[in-house]
Amino acid sequence: MILCLVEPGELSLEALAFAQRLGPVQAFSVDAGDAYAPRAWAAAIVQLVERYSAEAVVAAASARGQEAMAEAAARLDLPLAANSVSAEPGNPWRVVRQRWGGSLLEEATLEGRVKLLTVAQHVIEAAEPVPVEPFAPELSDADLAVRVVGREEPPPGTVSLTDARVVVGGGRGVGSAEGFDLLEELATLLGGAVGGSRVVTNLGWRVHADQVGQTGARIAPDLYIACGISGAIQHIVGCKGSKKILAINTDPNAPMIARSDYAVVGDLHEVLSAVIAELRG
Amino acid sequence: MEKHGGTTTAVTLGPPAAAEQLRNAIAMGIESGVLLESERADWDPQATAAALAPVLGEGRHDLLLFGNESADTGGYQVGVRVGHALGLPCVTGVKRIEVADGRATVRREQSGGWEILEVQLPAVVTVMEGINLPRYASLPGRLRAKKAELVRVEPEWHEGGLRKQRLSIPEEQGARVEVLGEGPAAAPRVVAMLKELGVT
Repeated sequence: MILCLVEPGELSLEALAFAQRLGPVQAFSVDAGDAYAPRAWAAAIVQLVERYSAEAVVAAASARGQEAMAEAAARLDLPLAANSVSAEPGNPWRVVRQRWGGSLLEEATLEGRVKLLTVAQHVIEAAEPVPVEPFAPELSDADLAVRVVGREEPPPGTVSLTDARVVVGGGRGVGSAEGFDLLEELATLLGGAVGGSRVVTNLGWRVHADQVGQTGARIAPDLYIACGISGAIQHIVGCKGSKKILAINTDPNAPMIARSDYAVVGDLHEVLSAVIAELRG
Repeated sequence: MEKHGGTTTAVTLGPPAAAEQLRNAIAMGIESGVLLESERADWDPQATAAALAPVLGEGRHDLLLFGNESADTGGYQVGVRVGHALGLPCVTGVKRIEVADGRATVRREQSGGWEILEVQLPAVVTVMEGINLPRYASLPGRLRAKKAELVRVEPEWHEGGLRKQRLSIPEEQGARVEVLGEGPAAAPRVVAMLKELGVT
């Protein structure tokens, strides 16, 4: 039996598809009160492993999936293969997992009586939803010692980078914090969000939360419009989940253009102004 | 530390050259450095955590800060494993941290907003880029770092169960870029493409 931890969202359906390739799957969610507590999720994984004599546990490599599986791995004293893209049962199991945010693949062997894996984002096609068993673990006080005590919502109407259908990203070529006004305008017209490369958050032109890349947001919009971004590998890692990419750059040889579906060669300010005018037509 | 008082120590596991990272931390204001020195290249997350835990456990520190994940191997688990080994609570993926009255209040991004968690100290917190902007090392800092005596420890080796066999470069999709034009003259084709994708 392969157990699959399901939390709300598309990433879990990707993890489910991964699990279904390994054997019969029991999907479960954790029912541990209203406030998320990482250790309660880990307790649920540990208890379900025993109940089902599970061969493996699979979860999305989301923040929560990663955290709960790491804690479960520590409790079970087992290895954890994070950000896996494929696995082949056997003795030992063979796993392919991402390194450097997916710009390098590691082939590894995975041992232990139960195999624990998290599934890399935006690599595997989502499965059809299946019935999910809500499981209420037995919990100690220690399991609830760390828990969510509050939440701050973004201002109403804000489109988050990770949910946006269109992301307009800016790099060094934008030139200044004010230069992002044009990108904001286009994003508003398209109902999208604005992001930036590491260069622009380090320069303080955008806040860090807007960063797209290996150490920022991993985005998967229908369209990513990369404006004045050269396309360092760390940035590509963050935007390669995009279905389509349009790159606007003065340099036709920029790596970003080579990784794009569409390209416009030219000054991003001139191009964006013209596109905005055309859209307003 | 400068805000709350106390002392700070930087700890790393790596080859002798990793001492430079500790000296860099000292130059920026950390007081002491501990190097778990090893030439091995196969430190997996389980082995790393098992080597770090006894050393970190000796220190009786209130707060153990880790990176959320390494940029290269991306295991996402060393801090969590050390927390478990030392019986300390752990929060991961943190981008803001405030300490008061023996508790840490931390924030992390979750589905577009922030979620706030509280944890009693001592605790392990794993942090992400964006929690702050590291300062530049001062000249006196650099001089202090150069002279600092690092503590060197020979780490214990406990083999983990995830073993690298080989690395490969993922297959890239071939050249597929369609150039829509040059400069502002490309705008009509850009808008046609936006309409085709259904994003206008």
